[in-house]
Amino acid sequence: MNLKLIVIFLLMLCLGSFALAETNTVNKDSTAVDSIAPPAPVTMFKAFDTPNDHGHSITLNWQLSADDGAGQNSVLQYQIYRWVPYLMDSLTTLRKAMTTVKEEEIKRGHEKVLKKEMRSLKKEYNAVLKELPSAHKAYPNNGYWKEVGKVPAGTKSYKNTGSKEKESQDYLPDLTDFYYRVDAVTKDSTVRASSKVFGPVQCSGQWFNTGRIPVLVAVILFTFLTIYFVEKAKNGAKLYVRPLSGIEAVDDAIGRATEMGRPILYILGLGSVADIATIASFTILSRVAKQVAEYQTELLVPTYDPLVMAVAQEVVKSAYLDAGRPDDYKEDTVHFVTQSQFAYVAAVNGIMLRELPATNIYMGVFFAESLILAETGALAGSIQIAGTDQIAQIPFFIVACDYTLIGEELYAASAYLGREPLLLGSLKAQDYAKALVIILAIIGLIMSNFGWTQFTDLFKVAN
Amino acid sequence: MGFWGQFGVWLAALLTIGIISFLYKDNFLYKACEAIFVGISAGYWFIVYYWDNLYKKFYLQVTNHDLTSWERIIPWVGFILGVMMLSRLFEKIGWLSRWPLAFIVGATAGLYMMIYFVSNAMAQVASTIIPVFIGDWATIIANFFIVAGTFCGLVYFFFSKEHKGAFGLASRVGIWFLMITFGASFGYTVMSRMSLMIGRLDFLFGTWLGMIK
Repeated sequence: MNLKLIVIFLLMLCLGSFALAETNTVNKDSTAVDSIAPPAPVTMFKAFDTPNDHGHSITLNWQLSADDGAGQNSVLQYQIYRWVPYLMDSLTTLRKAMTTVKEEEIKRGHEKVLKKEMRSLKKEYNAVLKELPSAHKAYPNNGYWKEVGKVPAGTKSYKNTGSKEKESQDYLPDLTDFYYRVDAVTKDSTVRASSKVFGPVQCSGQWFNTGRIPVLVAVILFTFLTIYFVEKAKNGAKLYVRPLSGIEAVDDAIGRATEMGRPILYILGLGSVADIATIASFTILSRVAKQVAEYQTELLVPTYDPLVMAVAQEVVKSAYLDAGRPDDYKEDTVHFVTQSQFAYVAAVNGIMLRELPATNIYMGVFFAESLILAETGALAGSIQIAGTDQIAQIPFFIVACDYTLIGEELYAASAYLGREPLLLGSLKAQDYAKALVIILAIIGLIMSNFGWTQFTDLFKVAN
Repeated sequence: MGFWGQFGVWLAALLTIGIISFLYKDNFLYKACEAIFVGISAGYWFIVYYWDNLYKKFYLQVTNHDLTSWERIIPWVGFILGVMMLSRLFEKIGWLSRWPLAFIVGATAGLYMMIYFVSNAMAQVASTIIPVFIGDWATIIANFFIVAGTFCGLVYFFFSKEHKGAFGLASRVGIWFLMITFGASFGYTVMSRMSLMIGRLDFLFGTWLGMIK
C-alpha cells in the first residue's frame, strides 16, 4: 500500500515538473513577443552656454524622439550624458582624502601633520584642476560617458548646472570643452537610442544679464525724474506735499512732553543702517532732536544695531548743534542695548515703565516686537506715533498707536519734515513714477483683455 | 532627565514666569530677568561676531596660504573699515568713522536697488496686468478687486495732490482696501502668537509641572 502511494507521489512530482517546464517555455515565448524595438533617437540636438548666468552651466535642447507620444510610443525618459575624462575620478579620490583629513582635524584638533597633509592634497588637487581643460580636449580618449541627469518623456530641454566651487563634487569648470549626448530610453533600459554627440561646447559667465534690460530702462527713467525734480526744488520751485496727520502730530507730542516734564522715547526699529525705512527715520529723528533741543526736553534713543547707534549719535549731535545748544547734548542720549530681538524689547519695555515717557515715536523697520512695544507704551499712557514699511507690522501699530504712518508715508514724512530739495525731488519722482505705473498698467490691462500678452512680458524680469 | 536637565527646566520656567510677571506690573523679578536677558544676549552676540567675523572671515582668510594674494588682501579692507569705526572713540580723528558708514550705506543701497525694482515695482505691475473679463464670475470678481485695490492703493500713496473730488474718492477706497487687508493680517498674526503662548504654557504645565501628560 505504502509502495503504491510512493509511486503515485513520484509520478505526480514528475508531471508537476513537466508542467512547470512547459509554463516556463510559454513565458519565455511571451517575453519574446513583448520585446521592444529600439526607439528613434532625438533629433536637432544642440548644447550651448546657458545665457545670462554666472557660468558653470550648459543648456541642452532637442526635438522629441519619433517614438515619444507617437509612433511606438515606447520612450519613457531621456538620459543626458556628458563625456568626462578619467582625470575627474582622480579629483573625486582627492576630494575624499581631503574630507577624511578634515574629519581627522575635527577629532584630533589642528595638528601640524594633518595641516601638512591637507596642504599637499590641496596642491595636488589644484594641479589636477589645471589639467582638466586639456584632458577634455583629448575626447574621445581616456574618458567615459557619465549620466548627468534624466528627464521624463515629452521634455525637450535640460540644464546641466554645476557648482562654481572648485572643491565641490558638482564642479563644472568654465572654458572647458564638453561633449554631450541624449539617450531616448524605453521601459527596458537596455533598449535605447543615442543621439549624435554634440561638442565641443563651453560655459562661461556673462557680465550683463540681458533679461534685466527692462529694469535698466526703469532705473534710467526714475533717475531722470529724480534729477529733474531735485533741480526744480533747488531752483526754488514750490513742490506740494499733502499734509500727513501722523507727522503733524509730532510737534504737538513734543510740546506735550515739554509741558509734562517727561522724556521722549524714539525707537529706530531693528533695521540696519542701510534700510530705507531706517534712513527715513534718521531724518525724522533729526527734526525731533532739534525741537527737543530747543524746548530742552529729554530724549531717549535706545538702539538695537551698533551702526544705527553710531549714525543716530551723529544725527542727534548735529541737531543739537543746529538748535544752537551743543552743550546740552549728552553722549548717552543714543545708546546701544543689545542685538537680540526680545532682549531689546524687554529693555525698552523697562524704560517705558520706569522713565514714563510722554511720547513714544516708533519709526523704522519692525518685526514681531511691534505689538509688544506699542502695547506697553499704551499701558504707560504715552502718546504714540509709529511708521514702518513692514506690511505685516502696520496693523499692530494702527491698533495700539495714536497715529500711524503707513508704508511709503514714512518716506514722505522724512521729505515733508526735512523740506530738503534732495528728499522733495525724490518724493516727487516717486509720485510721477507711480502715475506712470498706473498708466502702463491700464494699457497692459486693456491689451491683456484682448489676448496681447507681449506688453505684460516686458515687466517679467529674469532672475 | 538628569540633574542638569532638571536644573535647566526650572531655570527656564522661573525666567518665563519672571518675564510674564510684567503683565501685572514692573517688579524686581522682571528687572532681574531683563538684566539677565540683555546681558547674556549682548555677551553672546559679541562672541558670535568675534568667531564669525574676526576669526573666520578675517584671521583664517589672511593666514590661508592656499588662497591667492588678492583673496588674502580683501579681508584687510573689511578690517581697516572696522578699525576706522573705532576712531569714534577719539575726538580728533572721530570723523574717520563716517567713511565706513558711508561705504555700508552706499554699497547696500546699490545692491538693494536692483532687488527692490524687480520685486516691488516690476513684479507688482506684471501681477496687476491680468485679463479681468476672462473666466467665470468668481474669477472676474477676484480679478476686479486685485486691479481696483492696486489702483486705489496707489492713489492713496500719491502725495503731490490734495485728496479731493474723484481723486479723494479713489484714495478713500484705497485706504478701505488697505484697512481690510490689515485686519485680515492682524487676525492671522494674532492666531500665530496664540500658538506661541500655547507652546509656553505647554512647557510650564507639561515639561515643568507635569500636569499635562
